[in-house]
Amino acid sequence: MADPAIAAHGLAKRFGPVVALDGIDLAVEAGTVLGLLGPNGAGKTTAVRILATILPPDAGRASVLGLDVVRNAQDVRAAIGLAGQYAAVDENLTGRENLRLIGQLTHQPRPAIAPRAEELLDRFGLNSAADRPVRTYSGGMRRRLDLAAALVHRPPVLFLDEPTTGLDPNGRSDLWTLIGELVADGTTVLLTTQYLEEADRLADTIVVVDCGRIIAEGTPVELKVSLGVIVVEIRVADLADAQRAAARLRPFASADVLDGGRTLAVKVPDSGPAVQEVIRLLDAGAIIAESLAVREPTLDDVFLQLTGHGAGTGPDEPAPQAGAVRASQGSAS
Amino acid sequence: MTTLTAPADLLLPSPRRSRLAWAAADSVAVARRNIIGMTRRPQLLGFVTIQPVLFVLMFRYVFGGSIHIPGVSYTNYLMAGIFATTVLFGAQNTAIGMAEDLRNGLIERFRSLVMARSAVLGGRVLADAVRNLFVIVLMLGVGYLVGFRLHTDVAALAAAAGVLLLFGFALSWVTALLGLVAKSAEAAAAAALPLTVLLTFPSSAFLVTHNLPGPLRAYADHQPLTATVNTVRPLLLGGPTAAHAAAAVIWCVGIVAVFAPLAVLRYRRTA
Repeated sequence: MADPAIAAHGLAKRFGPVVALDGIDLAVEAGTVLGLLGPNGAGKTTAVRILATILPPDAGRASVLGLDVVRNAQDVRAAIGLAGQYAAVDENLTGRENLRLIGQLTHQPRPAIAPRAEELLDRFGLNSAADRPVRTYSGGMRRRLDLAAALVHRPPVLFLDEPTTGLDPNGRSDLWTLIGELVADGTTVLLTTQYLEEADRLADTIVVVDCGRIIAEGTPVELKVSLGVIVVEIRVADLADAQRAAARLRPFASADVLDGGRTLAVKVPDSGPAVQEVIRLLDAGAIIAESLAVREPTLDDVFLQLTGHGAGTGPDEPAPQAGAVRASQGSAS
Repeated sequence: MTTLTAPADLLLPSPRRSRLAWAAADSVAVARRNIIGMTRRPQLLGFVTIQPVLFVLMFRYVFGGSIHIPGVSYTNYLMAGIFATTVLFGAQNTAIGMAEDLRNGLIERFRSLVMARSAVLGGRVLADAVRNLFVIVLMLGVGYLVGFRLHTDVAALAAAAGVLLLFGFALSWVTALLGLVAKSAEAAAAAALPLTVLLTFPSSAFLVTHNLPGPLRAYADHQPLTATVNTVRPLLLGGPTAAHAAAAVIWCVGIVAVFAPLAVLRYRRTA
């Protein structure tokens, strides 16, 4: 297999006393999408900034298309596009002027700059607003222009730092479609997000980060299985039954015996066939369920399980170590 | 469907130019963007155009009646001071603009591009020079309307403009550094204010310094704004300039020598 398009080994970065990255390894195959999923302050943006040559790492190394982000920074810059959560476009310039400015600053051949701007305005549905200053744009338009600006020089590798944070559902869905099209074109994408749904929709591989460390990784399906997207709670007669049930279910799903030993929490990937299979396995073992409840955890539950704190909370509230350890052990192979 | 990205080997090659030529081209592109930004912001455009005009009118009509400078009409005396202080006031915009670009993430994007690192500062300084030239021409027009007359020739006027632009160039590096250090645009403006006040008032811009108490007079006579004003004034009205010009140039070169490297260093370190 070819070298990964984006690679990182042991990346570490601290800002004064705050550890932003505490040893991160990443490998993104060419033409695939990696989703870096984590709450605010997890270190996602720091990782992107190091990979995009904006910030030097304190330790570790990283490369894009085999080019070292520190030693060959200038070559890396020619190969990457960066679109960020802050929608870094010039408020006072029009959409067209913004794209032409980036064309100049990415050193495109002069005759190619204007046609490229038109092409992108067209593709991103910004034609009618092309001559308005960006400060009159809606949030969604701004993000689309920001993404277009990242693509002016046709970079084969794209970094998207929380591309839809703060957008309404329509804006988000628009942007997802655009990103999906880029991926179909063969672009390698590293995307950071706080939304499981977004990572699930766009990413081939998801890496979950918290407090500067990777705490889980896998395909969206693997991750969902390990996270137990659906929890089936089964109440049985006694501890012996519970243990028997757990033993029967374990080859199929993670099953933990909960409080008092009479309740079993089984994590399964979906609420249909998988739940049926759980019931079938219980039946086959002649185990009687006194009650059976299927729960769909919220996004917050998922984060809570993996990181020990909710999706919305920052690094100021340290994660209980036990939660993180359990999640790591539970992560899928 | 058009392809928006390309495999690495299909990347369009950049036209071949030397590093310096690219740095210059990038600075011009950024300067152009800064100038467009200035013209699109009514409050800033107002600040850039109305403030100098108000200065000319206020000092001419409010102070003009009570201040008597021996041997010269106050309107004529005033203009050199107005030019230099306006350049000084305008330098605040550099601090504000730098701080804004830094906070809103635009510089973050610039850092991820192949563009020359120096172009963000270079473009800012270049745009300031264009703004200063515009303001000088504007004030010259207003000055003529209220009675100012050039007593020398066009060459001397051009030299005066050159000195003012040099002064503005030096100030740009100081305020660019302020903008890079400040936490917000407001803080940048606040940080530039003491600099403006300390240079404007104890100076020869609007008054003769003879009447100031000893230490203050020593400061007022030798600070960079006074050196600039004292160079520009004889270039407009006639009289010896050499000693003043030397002081002004030394000041400007000294300021650039200290603050340009500091600003560049700070820009490189700002993460």
